Amino acid sequence: MTLTSTRPETPPSEPPDLRPRELLRWAWRQLTSMRTALILLFLLALAAIPGSVVPQNGVDSLRASQWREQHKTLAPIYERLGLFDVYGSPWFAAIYLLLVVSLVGCILPRTMVYWRAARATPPPAPRRLTRLPEHRTFTTTVSPEDVLDRARRQLRRRRYRLAPQEEGTVAAERGYLREAGNLLFHVAVLVVIIGFGLGSLLGFKGGVIVVTGDGFSNQLSQYDDFTPGTIFKPSQLEPFSFTVHDFHVDFIKTGRSAGAAHKFYADLDVRKSSGSSSTRERISVNHPLTVDGTKVFLIGHGYAPHITVRDAEGNVAASGPAVFLPENESFTSFGVVKAFDAQPTAIGLEGEFYPTYAFSNTTGPFSAFPDDEDPALSMLVWRGKTGTDPGSNQSSVYALDKGDLTPLKTSKGVQQRIDLKRGQTVQLADGAGSVTFDGVSRFVRLQVSDRPGSGTALVGTVLALLGLLGSLFVRPRRVWVRVSDAGDGRTLVEAAGLDRSSGGDLSGELDDVVTGMQEST
Amino acid sequence: MSHEQFEILSNQAVAACAILYFLVFLAQVAAWVTRPRVAAESTSVEAQGQGGVAVAAPPATGGPVSDRSDYWSRIALTLTVFAALVHFVALVSRGLAADPVRVPWGNMYEFTLTGTFVVVALYLAMYKRFSLAWMAPVVSLFVLTVLMLDVLVLYEPVTPLRDALQSPWLVIHVVAAILATGAFTIGGMCSVLYLVKERALARGRGTTGYLASVPELRSLDRLAYRWHAFAFPVWTFAALIAGPIWAEHAWGSYWNWDPKEVWAFITWVVYAGYLHARATAGWKGSRACWVALIGLATLWFNFVGINFFFGSGSQHSYAVEVVSRVVGG
Ligand code: HEM
Repeated sequence: MTLTSTRPETPPSEPPDLRPRELLRWAWRQLTSMRTALILLFLLALAAIPGSVVPQNGVDSLRASQWREQHKTLAPIYERLGLFDVYGSPWFAAIYLLLVVSLVGCILPRTMVYWRAARATPPPAPRRLTRLPEHRTFTTTVSPEDVLDRARRQLRRRRYRLAPQEEGTVAAERGYLREAGNLLFHVAVLVVIIGFGLGSLLGFKGGVIVVTGDGFSNQLSQYDDFTPGTIFKPSQLEPFSFTVHDFHVDFIKTGRSAGAAHKFYADLDVRKSSGSSSTRERISVNHPLTVDGTKVFLIGHGYAPHITVRDAEGNVAASGPAVFLPENESFTSFGVVKAFDAQPTAIGLEGEFYPTYAFSNTTGPFSAFPDDEDPALSMLVWRGKTGTDPGSNQSSVYALDKGDLTPLKTSKGVQQRIDLKRGQTVQLADGAGSVTFDGVSRFVRLQVSDRPGSGTALVGTVLALLGLLGSLFVRPRRVWVRVSDAGDGRTLVEAAGLDRSSGGDLSGELDDVVTGMQEST
Repeated sequence: MSHEQFEILSNQAVAACAILYFLVFLAQVAAWVTRPRVAAESTSVEAQGQGGVAVAAPPATGGPVSDRSDYWSRIALTLTVFAALVHFVALVSRGLAADPVRVPWGNMYEFTLTGTFVVVALYLAMYKRFSLAWMAPVVSLFVLTVLMLDVLVLYEPVTPLRDALQSPWLVIHVVAAILATGAFTIGGMCSVLYLVKERALARGRGTTGYLASVPELRSLDRLAYRWHAFAFPVWTFAALIAGPIWAEHAWGSYWNWDPKEVWAFITWVVYAGYLHARATAGWKGSRACWVALIGLATLWFNFVGINFFFGSGSQHSYAVEVVSRVVGG
């Protein structure tokens, strides 16, 4: 950066006076100084770091709650510091609000200055042009008037603004857009912040798992997880619903990329409101469904084996698809079945599903391929302690809380493990009942979200980029040309330039202008 | 050629260009050794009137140039061009090795391979305009080291692109991100040299040896600024525009404060700090250099560190299938 563009002088570091008005003015100048902006920027960068280290509620709530489980002493402290929600915490907000204030305090006066500067005429030529570091001198037979005319033409072509005609000199300036770009950039930063604010106030994001064939309607109670904006109201949810008609996925079977999934999509039968007729829509990764501003994304998939549990009396105690969450790339999946209405005691199953069953002595059962070529289940059996109701303290549908359960033992005294292929039935030990593996469905994991301000923020970023380009690459500079009589009919021409930003090739441009003056006819 | 053969070709090309980069380094050392033994005078007598006019970076090679030194310099340049070509072959064949054929940006090994290539390409593109011969040893040694680490630590066999990555925005986002990373990296080299040279000058050295061929501080600072000024808007576009748009398409939210995004933001803020620092009295020169280097550290940390330290916590983690991160509430 050159000396000319050095920005506001350092503010006095001592409060000059203790009268409230003076103090306020001093504080304002401190806050809107360039150095404060610099420090606030660093603070913002620093403050963002913890959010990448500590799991965030809003980013991955499952990991956040696991972390809390594992760190019993730290968790409450972190909770109070807002470390599980850094980007919504008061101290993070404090920093960027200060930046906003500083930004406004910076933009306003600079806009005024710019307003005046942008309409001012280029300053007159300095007395001694040859004092400037970039200058050229030559003599010519062309008359002084013609030389100046040529200079004007040259400079105009290069989009210089010319000062009104003055005897014997031309004064020109260009690059007014630099400061405009800079101002646009800073205003656009404000726009982005506002857009962000709108989204986090009014928007929401929710996740839901739907087994194919099942439906979903956009109500709070239907979500598996839901993160509302600060002033979001459930009544804002658009009243659409859909059924997952089908889910398709291709697994590459051979070659180096065997096992990789691709081309997945889901077909949904969508109703915009409860009364309307349904239309079929296909969603895939990178191609969401949009209903009245709310977007539905396909972000994952997995298996839901159909399992029927019969109790000791032969009655069906649980039946239907159970969602098993994938644990690795070959879709070994973990899940539970809760048959708590079974008689005489509740029955619980917990274990793994293998879409393509394989076994080795070292690893035990595993899945050899992610597609459901030879699906199998391997689960441990639990039963309720007599006189308790294990259903009363289950917090998650994907885990078995074993507080009120005991292992179901076989006659050998070990916990019973049932291994089932599709279509098979196994009798439970102790005559507790039976388990049947009826078949397999797939499920899709969907994310539903609405972020009202994101368009604003995006427009803001694009404007910021435009402003930035102007601010970094427009080269404000001044050029002066002066002519005088050199005797014997010749004209002495002096040309000089001044770069008001760094990095430009002023010397080259001055050369071009001078050559232009000498050549043009 | 089959996909397997392309993979082998790519690996061999990487080895070949690594050797070439080493030869570039040797050639530049030869150029330095054969330079004329005149005590190189510092070329820092750059006219500066009041008003501080920026003069285009002068070709500040210390002292006169001998024929032999010049000869070695040109050999170094030719070798760099060759190395870049072979490097490019390595990249292209890496993409052709995948089935189906794809852009070579599927994992960290490939990102690093591309990133180093971009450093060299940018260096060559600006070689003449900025008179960058003096940077050859730094660039070649840097690229060589990073390539070696890439092969030793990050190598992965070719695999196809995940669905989430199959979007034109991937190409746009990644091209911009790698371009910016390359330019920031070269800018960072200038900043490091600035600090080294400033320290040497303060101790009364720096006018001899390699540092003598490095431009004087003012030009160096301006050169660093120009690289950063180029990289910053590109990074803004990559990280704050293309990235969010792609994330919106793929994962349903523009900005999720995922660790990778957080660090991209931190990098952006630090470099914004750099641009401010250069316009703030008392922060120019070495302080601004330090800010730039902090920015570079956050950039590289984001590139390498996040995947290792935060692995599954980041949706951008190249190791884990997005689709297998299916977790229930
Ligand atoms: C969210 C906060 C801010 C961000 C992200 C930001 C970012 C930037 C960037 C990237 C530039 C470089 C463009 C250029 O060189 O022209 C810049 C320049 C500038 N900023 Fe900011 N800025 C912020 C806040 C502020 C504040 C609060 C002030 C006022 C004190 C300020 C004053 C300036 C000035 C005067 C320049 C021009 C420097 C020059 O002459 O090159 N900025 N800002």
